[in-house]
Amino acid sequence: MVLSAADKTNVKNVFAKIGGQADEYGADALERMFVTYPQTKTYFPHFDLAKGSAQVKGHGKKVAGALVEAVNHIDDLSGALSKLSDLHAQKLRVDPVNFKLLGQCFLVVVATRNPALLTPEVHASLDKFLCAVGTVLTAKYR
Amino acid sequence: MVNWTDEEKQHITSLWSKVDVTKCGGDALARLLIVYPWTQRFFTKFGDMSNSGNIIGNNNVVNHGRRVLTSFGDAVTNLDSIKKSFASLSKLHCEKLHVDPENFRLLGDILIVVLASHFGKDFTPACQAAWQKLVRVVAHALAKEYH
Repeated sequence: MVLSAADKTNVKNVFAKIGGQADEYGADALERMFVTYPQTKTYFPHFDLAKGSAQVKGHGKKVAGALVEAVNHIDDLSGALSKLSDLHAQKLRVDPVNFKLLGQCFLVVVATRNPALLTPEVHASLDKFLCAVGTVLTAKYR
Repeated sequence: MVNWTDEEKQHITSLWSKVDVTKCGGDALARLLIVYPWTQRFFTKFGDMSNSGNIIGNNNVVNHGRRVLTSFGDAVTNLDSIKKSFASLSKLHCEKLHVDPENFRLLGDILIVVLASHFGKDFTPACQAAWQKLVRVVAHALAKEYH
């Protein structure tokens, strides 16, 4: 799956609009993922996952930061995410199915906070982008 | 038999009572066809779907979206017998329409995003969880009679 020029523009616009709230979006997406897909909590036995958890907020910030980095290097996602890809393959080994779940939750967060931003075309581009990120992060699994 | 907590039932029924079935149904189907363009394969009779504008404005899409979401409402009013309620629809989708059940999952996820955009902050994590469970159960029921 290839990101078209229009996709890249759409994704950049979304993140430009989200701006400094990206950290909140990240934390919100994680919270929704843990509530909606409880099996994802198995990757965080060392976390306090209660509502408002500082650890979840901190991790949301990390996830959001990685997405922003990816957007800033959208022409070379494998390059931009190479270290994270190594980390997920060698250490974290999060089952690939879970990236889709977090992606869905991130879309929901954008929809709840910024519905006007998520036109069908932008929805498509953002979904493609999140899929592409998931693909890169799991690319070195085997 | 699906187990619904009282809280889940409350999230589902109270949100459903505020859903504009025509608007949300049309929006959901249009987004399915735009976000996952390969799903257009089932709707070649709908006319021009060459770009998103044509899909969104397509009356066939709006009407069919309303039809699909209205039918989805049967799940909401029959939460304790969803498999039974959707048995004949399942057979139809298998034998006549030849729809890969994966498409039910895709539409379910799209519906969640549409509901999120309509209800904003009211679409809390707990509400999302209840609805994701519902769309998963409906997708499962629609696939149950496949052979």
